[in-house]
Amino acid sequence: MNLMKTLLGAVAAAAIGGAAMAEDPVKVGFIYVGPIGDGGWTYEHNKGRLAVEEHFGDKVETVFQESVPEGADAERAMTQMALSGADLIFTTSFGYMDPTINVAANFPDVKFEHATGYKRADNVSTYSARFYEGRAIQGHIAGKMTETNKIGYIASFPIPEVIRGINSAYIHASRVNPDVEFNIVWAYTWFDPAKEADAANALIEQGADVILQHTDSTAPLAAAQAKGGVIGFGQASDMSEYAPFPRVSSIIDDWAPYYIARVQAVMDGTWESTDTWDGIGPGMVAIGEITDAVPAEVAEEAMAMKAALADGSYHAFTGPINKQDGSVWLVEGETADDGTLAGMDFYVEGITAEIPN
Amino acid sequence: MGNDLRFLHHQLEHICLMDLSAINPLILLASLMVASTPILLAAIGELVVEKSGVLNLGVEGMMIVGAVTGFIAAVNLDSPTLGFVAAALGGALLSLLFGFLTQVLLSNQVATGLALTLFGLGIAALMGQNYVGIRAPATSDVPLGPLADVPILGPVLFQHDAMIYISIGIVAAVWYVLTRTRVGLILRAVGESHDAAHALGYKVVRIRLLAIAFGGACAGLGGAYLSLVRVPQWTEGMTAGAGWIALAIVVFASWKPWRALLGAYLFGGITVLQLNLQAAGLKIPVEYLSMSPYLITILVLVIMSRDRTRAALNAPAALGKPFHASS
Repeated sequence: MNLMKTLLGAVAAAAIGGAAMAEDPVKVGFIYVGPIGDGGWTYEHNKGRLAVEEHFGDKVETVFQESVPEGADAERAMTQMALSGADLIFTTSFGYMDPTINVAANFPDVKFEHATGYKRADNVSTYSARFYEGRAIQGHIAGKMTETNKIGYIASFPIPEVIRGINSAYIHASRVNPDVEFNIVWAYTWFDPAKEADAANALIEQGADVILQHTDSTAPLAAAQAKGGVIGFGQASDMSEYAPFPRVSSIIDDWAPYYIARVQAVMDGTWESTDTWDGIGPGMVAIGEITDAVPAEVAEEAMAMKAALADGSYHAFTGPINKQDGSVWLVEGETADDGTLAGMDFYVEGITAEIPN
Repeated sequence: MGNDLRFLHHQLEHICLMDLSAINPLILLASLMVASTPILLAAIGELVVEKSGVLNLGVEGMMIVGAVTGFIAAVNLDSPTLGFVAAALGGALLSLLFGFLTQVLLSNQVATGLALTLFGLGIAALMGQNYVGIRAPATSDVPLGPLADVPILGPVLFQHDAMIYISIGIVAAVWYVLTRTRVGLILRAVGESHDAAHALGYKVVRIRLLAIAFGGACAGLGGAYLSLVRVPQWTEGMTAGAGWIALAIVVFASWKPWRALLGAYLFGGITVLQLNLQAAGLKIPVEYLSMSPYLITILVLVIMSRDRTRAALNAPAALGKPFHASS
């Protein structure tokens, strides 16, 4: 009898609790590496956050913290967010990987989603986009359009995602222009407009007439514009304010559908630790309008490549491709597997630089 | 220390062995000056503030407010010159908020300075919301007459935008005023012992407020140099720590104006040099190159401060201490 009572009580309590939960909005937190007005990476993540708010209305409450340094301070920011009652926290930069895992271990009831990393736990999912598909298209346009045959590449940190981008761009640039040469500058920052502009200027002074960037601000495009006669691409966001020239196209990250789906999963109680890696096909990576500054036939080829990447008939890493040291990586027709891509730590043949440790 | 030196030696050896033909040293020197000017302006302003005995840690905040006000004014009035004027006013105005809190209400200088940085970053983001992606009017170079035609030196030293000359002019003026004039003597007296200066009848608070405003104006100019010349565009958070570097350079310079110029050019120069070396495909480890501006700054700092007593003598004795006329 006593047991029965206890059980009934528990069921009632659960029911009341459940009802209360339903009224309580799901609290979703976002940790950003740059300011939301960077016009690039963080700007797009914040657009995803706003889309979540619009989609769910008062069923969600979102919070964010911007310009959080990668490292110990990130743990503090995440802990604070978790303590303030966040149910789901998106940590949107590679350098938050270990902090996310550490903080998640302390808050088993809070769900975490880490962008662009490879470490998961029961309450930590990872998600990223196949930016390298966009890089393939950029490389094609860059190889066709360069007149000096020198392409400048502003890289951020030597992590697999960035190396993948360099390789993909190089493969497709050198395929249409075997004389092409990549000059790579590591900025060791995701966001520092002045340094990004300096890097762009250094590359342009040494003859580059195409600038590819893997940093988050629009500063390299501003530098390209100031120098004149140099083209660049929008990174992470459309950066259309620099169209039609110097920005001739862009890679756009669209996180909104993913964010909405994950928040929905938390609401439904179906959230699980997953690993998502979507590209042009599912729409996580979009290609911004190719402007008139690009010759029509080059634009057509680029669009054809985009279509092939989207429907899966073409993979951006299709052999024959050798590694930088000349050893065979992919034989004729072979495509790269996700595991190798996720941990990519080598350049392909033809790139003369070395990867920093 | 030994390791650092060994590494530097190693690095120099590498540089000597490399083919540096791809780097044009003239263009490099010219871009060095561009990269150094924002921190130079902010540092020379903060130097005057600290000489008056006030520690304002809000340099970053004043710089970014200068960057945004300068940008807004330059775009709306279509004049970079007016942009710089507005930036100086914006920076000075923000610094006077700090001045009012610390000099009149006697709040803690460190805490207020940090708060000023946060406030500046926030209000700049708010003000600049509609200015993302807009183009600034171009700042033209001002070749200095026949000097600009001097071979080699001409293009490096005498073909810049006016702000580069003005920044050097400010350094010279600050040096002259601090060391050769009565005004400078009074300012230093206030910074060394506000009680003694007060007893002599000098208006300590007023003098410090003027120094703070000067520091704010210089930081504002430095910020506007980023948004109008070096990048040039407005982006939230675009100072990205430059204000903190400026603060470090004041200590590095042991509160001496020409050393601040040296420090700023050294830091800016190595920053630009390492990017150029990378772009030229130099085969030395990039992580060291990237670290080098900080490494060399620390190295010089250590060498310059090896004489403990002399370094300590240079710091204004009343730095950061609150002053109240009754005490």
